[in-house]
Amino acid sequence: MTTTEAPAPPSGPAGAEPLQARKTPARKRLVPYWLLLPGILWLVVFFAAPLVYQASTSLQTGSLEDGFTVTWHFATYLDAIAEYWPQFLRSVLYAAIATALCLLLGYPLAYLIAFKAGRWRNLVMILVIAPFFTSFLIRTLAWKTILADGGPVVGVLNSLHVLDVTSWLGMTEGQRVLATPLAVVCGLTYNFLPFMILPLYSSLERIDPRLHEAAGDLYARPATTFRRVTFPLSMPGVVAGTLLTFIPAAGDYINAELLGSTDQKMIGNVIQSQFLRVLDYPTAAALSFILMAAILAMVTIYIRKSGTEELV
Amino acid sequence: MADTETTAATAPPTKRPPRTTNKALLWLRRNLVTLAGLCTLAYLILPNLVVLVFSFNKPNGRFNYQWQRFSTDAWTDPCGVADLCGSLGLSLQIALWATLGATALGTMIAFALARYRFRARSGVNALIFLPMAMPEVVMAASLATLFLNMGIRFGFWTILIAHIMFCLSFVVTAVKARVMSMDPRLEQAAQDLYASPAQTFLRVTLPIAAPGIAAGALLSFALSFDDFIITNFNAGSTVTFPMFVWGSAQRGTPVQINVIGTAMFLVAVVCVIVGQLAGRRRKRS
Repeated sequence: MTTTEAPAPPSGPAGAEPLQARKTPARKRLVPYWLLLPGILWLVVFFAAPLVYQASTSLQTGSLEDGFTVTWHFATYLDAIAEYWPQFLRSVLYAAIATALCLLLGYPLAYLIAFKAGRWRNLVMILVIAPFFTSFLIRTLAWKTILADGGPVVGVLNSLHVLDVTSWLGMTEGQRVLATPLAVVCGLTYNFLPFMILPLYSSLERIDPRLHEAAGDLYARPATTFRRVTFPLSMPGVVAGTLLTFIPAAGDYINAELLGSTDQKMIGNVIQSQFLRVLDYPTAAALSFILMAAILAMVTIYIRKSGTEELV
Repeated sequence: MADTETTAATAPPTKRPPRTTNKALLWLRRNLVTLAGLCTLAYLILPNLVVLVFSFNKPNGRFNYQWQRFSTDAWTDPCGVADLCGSLGLSLQIALWATLGATALGTMIAFALARYRFRARSGVNALIFLPMAMPEVVMAASLATLFLNMGIRFGFWTILIAHIMFCLSFVVTAVKARVMSMDPRLEQAAQDLYASPAQTFLRVTLPIAAPGIAAGALLSFALSFDDFIITNFNAGSTVTFPMFVWGSAQRGTPVQINVIGTAMFLVAVVCVIVGQLAGRRRKRS
């Protein structure tokens, strides 16, 4: 954009251009473009172009030895869906459950920091953020210890008959938690919880506490105040938080790998093994394109829904 | 009279138990949110405590998942495992360069977006937003496909390029928020007082934008240092710290990993507390 505009201002399409040029010198008019140039170039070359390139890779056939050529082989997509739809479904399901749990767990904590912590607010905030400075792989491995077979957590869950319920729901098997869907969901929930808490907190913090008093003065019970005043006003945080947890959770393969077994493989695991182990680049490219498209579609529908029904 | 008094005196004890349970229930109900929030906080901190405790373990065999007995061996010899401190140093180095690169490029974009009206604005905004709304695997695989087909050798440079790419958007968002919320009249005032554009920028604009830039830089350092997925695809045989941890999960985790995890946690807490105290002192003076 900058290069085309700089040398040829007279040939500009609109008559307003030279007029503006007289008002502000061309050198100054180009300042934003010079500011943008390096960063945008970086994103175009290393983010946008690779996506386009990957689209063409997904339509290639061939082998590692003979090289890959574009043959417009759309069947790769159909084969990928036919073979890996369980992993796709599982990714969406696990990510959705983890997002719901994040909302359920994160909301009280965000509410606590925003309205109840008082002078402890900074301390609680530190306690929320600081754990995430320990490498998240190390923390995820710690869950292996926490959820270990015969460990205290499994013991307590067992004696409370929680595991019977989760087994009935298909989230656990028998007397163990590790290497079951529950462990993967637990890891996902844990890893993405701060992405829910922080947007929730920032939208709750903006709510004027006098609105709560006003609701109380109008004889609303606390539950009603929450349902009719607080929650609707925190919707921007809820939408941002659910998106920030759902999207990375759906593409994650670390929790499924470290805390699950082969029965809990998510689509991220498949992409990773296709790309790094099987070296079937067209399939890996097609899978990541399907994942991207599916997430974009779901996110668009979700934003539109939450925008028309609750945000207004 | 006496009768009524005795009934009045004896009545409360019989009624007291339900009233106290009511009180307890009431207290529970009133503090339900606080209790639930504290439970979530415990859920967040629990793994860190486990990492701390198991950094003092002396495991039997290769895996450090079960408590055996107390030992400070790992703390006295944190680099005792081959390649661990090397990978740590590499991760720090990459995080530092990625932070510098992403902060410089991102701050420039943020200023352009917050300060100027130009035609490609909405397109630029979309290009900034997309990397944050994209699953990491997709970005990682597509960038690696590009490198692979261009015949570029994977290693330090490909990791650095990838990290600058995904940190950039976060810096832009942090700096833009700060610059947007800044009062433009401050700069006008500086110019009214005959400050040159350079002076205005250095003495007024930059100091006000500094917290946003610092936040963006900190965020990209943390993101780059901790990134696994994108690095896994673009590192080749180079091993960063998260990749070392990942590999050790299969081969057997040395206790030193817990030591380093705990040390990172402590350093972060100390930094945050020092920052808070410094901020408070500045506010007071």
